[in-house]
Amino acid sequence: MSADRRTGATGPDADPTNDPTIDPMIDPWARLARLTPARIGLGRAGSGLPTREVLRFGLAHAQARDAVHTPLDAGAVSAGIAGLGFETLTVASAAPDRATYLRRPDLGRALGDGAAAALAAGGDGPVDLALVVADGLSARAVHEGAAGFLAAFKPHLDRAGWRVAPVVVATQARVALGDGVGAALRARAVVVIIGERPGLSSPDSLGLYLTLDPRVGRSDAERNCISNVRPAGLSHDLAAFKLDWLLTQAFALGISGVNLKDDSGPALAAAPGPTLLGDGSESARGS
Amino acid sequence: MAYRHVVGPRTHVFADLATLMAKATPVRSGDRLAGIASESAEEEMAARWCLAEVPLREILARPLIAYEADDVTRLILDTHDAGAFAEIAHLTVGDFREFLLTAAPGTLARIAPGVTPEIAAAVSKIMRNQDLILVARKCRVVTRFRNTIGLPGRLAVRLQPNHPTDDAAGITASILDGLSYGCGDAVIGLNPASDSVSTLSGLLHLFDDLIRRLEIPTQGCILTHVTTTIAAMNRGLPVDLVFQSIAGTQGANASFGVTLPILREAHEAALALKRGTVGDNCMYFETGQGSALSAGQHHGIDQQTLEARAYAVARPFRPLLVNTVVGFIGPEYLYDGKEIIRAGLEDHFCGKLMGVPLGVDVCYTNHAEADQNDMDTLLTLLGAAGCNFIMGIPGADDVMLNYQSTSFHDSLYLREVLGLKRAPEFEAWLERIGLTDADGALLPQGPSARLLAAAPGLATSGLADSGLAA
Repeated sequence: MSADRRTGATGPDADPTNDPTIDPMIDPWARLARLTPARIGLGRAGSGLPTREVLRFGLAHAQARDAVHTPLDAGAVSAGIAGLGFETLTVASAAPDRATYLRRPDLGRALGDGAAAALAAGGDGPVDLALVVADGLSARAVHEGAAGFLAAFKPHLDRAGWRVAPVVVATQARVALGDGVGAALRARAVVVIIGERPGLSSPDSLGLYLTLDPRVGRSDAERNCISNVRPAGLSHDLAAFKLDWLLTQAFALGISGVNLKDDSGPALAAAPGPTLLGDGSESARGS
Repeated sequence: MAYRHVVGPRTHVFADLATLMAKATPVRSGDRLAGIASESAEEEMAARWCLAEVPLREILARPLIAYEADDVTRLILDTHDAGAFAEIAHLTVGDFREFLLTAAPGTLARIAPGVTPEIAAAVSKIMRNQDLILVARKCRVVTRFRNTIGLPGRLAVRLQPNHPTDDAAGITASILDGLSYGCGDAVIGLNPASDSVSTLSGLLHLFDDLIRRLEIPTQGCILTHVTTTIAAMNRGLPVDLVFQSIAGTQGANASFGVTLPILREAHEAALALKRGTVGDNCMYFETGQGSALSAGQHHGIDQQTLEARAYAVARPFRPLLVNTVVGFIGPEYLYDGKEIIRAGLEDHFCGKLMGVPLGVDVCYTNHAEADQNDMDTLLTLLGAAGCNFIMGIPGADDVMLNYQSTSFHDSLYLREVLGLKRAPEFEAWLERIGLTDADGALLPQGPSARLLAAAPGLATSGLADSGLAA
């Protein structure tokens, strides 16, 4: 075994090391690699990556691409949600296809023709909460996680006694589509459960966006976000707890967005059951 | 004043200079989103013909955003070097392209303070990719802090050890990995997940300790908001470089929470620390096409011209590093590999022509029509163009920001193909600690283990509490 994985057996210069300062029984890079999800200690073939790593990266990118471009199976998603005891409706945004959706975020934020009227007809008077399940940038995240999250959230809804509109399954949708949906359903608040932009190691991540008093024209600063909801990130149970906490605060204080800080930690510590494992806060590059 | 160009039976009319510049821009999704892109291929070429005939003097005389309305315009015009401009004042945009193709490096350095961002953007719009490469290669912009960046035949790398939860041991593991490939001469620069001051304090000490302990001739940077870095400097924390994202209009900068006076305050504070050893270039800026449109502060100007204006914001601060994060913003601004490659070459060219030390984050997101092959292409072209620095990210996969850039391996590839060396001080350090040979090639026998051996205290003292100790 080489003391250095990156010179390993794949490179033409893979001479075994006889450096007396190196303990041949210890591979320090394997130890370091356990400290971060970053792709370190990959080894190299000359200046390039070993074949295994080129293929591993390619597969991860393929899965992320498929997550972006796979169409949402609205029927199957609706059936899964209906199986939890929710009524469902479906809408489409004004973006007719994926290529347009990617170039025109404004169309993904707007309801398609007739959708607002159909929602108003399908709704049943003023409600506390509208729930929108949207494909966003990862249909896979919705296929694999939306029903599971709603199953975890339903006990919170029942306990709070909030009046909930039929769950709206939306295609070619951006977060702000929820503003028009919430307004059409006459909801005090809307929560958009949406597939997030997939990372190379996270093609299955959901984001939850809460907006109080939804209406067209709300800004992103008026929303609260719980992100990275996925098996390897924030669990459904924890996300449901945080969302319950935020909604309760939003209704009590009459605000959502940057002025409503997620301080659910103490409440969570006091609650029985799951403990706080991670922080799903959003990150932006630089400032 | 309207501009006109006749093509056969059709007369193309462009209402003003901003419209002409937008329509002459090689088409991209962001200008379409803004509703200002050309509407046909012929209109785009008619605009380029027309733009080629516009005198540079006219561009200088007609600010795209009014002097009274925008402090970036005021900065551009108030600091314009009329003496340097005199040498090119008689040229049209088309003449200027030919001037650039024939000019010697010394001439380009001399005229740089006379080149406004609008002039640089205008000429770039009528240049092919090969023109952008050839001219940029002749524009050398050299900066110094603890090493020398931008010398001919050299390429530096920002080592970007991001971690989803800012874990000190995880970040250190990525840094050691990057150093073992000979990366990190541009800067060891982290995008923190948290912007809390306590996190920042720990990270600044971690970087300072590592750089001093290993005696690395490089600089560290935690890429947080400029006001947070000012607070850190006021508390006596070890800040090498001040970072800030900037854009090409006053309104877009305001959306980033930054003003020119805040930048000046930060620059003065960093200069006063005198932490550089071979120079005092102590600012690091990031930019990217589309940021002004994204903030709703684009004034109907095309995104490439606004990007060049961001370099005018950077220029007076004599930054060590400026990089465009070219494909980060997403496909609604740059749709595919072709648009990202073109934008990367434009940004690098415009910055260098203006005398700004441009590097490029060669990158894309998973919803753009691009992949690592496109990054290979742009990386190779930028290597040929004499780009000051690129990013080095483990496996090209940023696990905190969720996008793909270039890797430590990619830098080795570019060095091998184009014979590019590292910053000279850093190169000498790598050889001294036994990582590389006299030619800068990584030594075959356990170079990474040699790095660990070069820091015998690392595993037992400084990082013991972060879990790195064996």
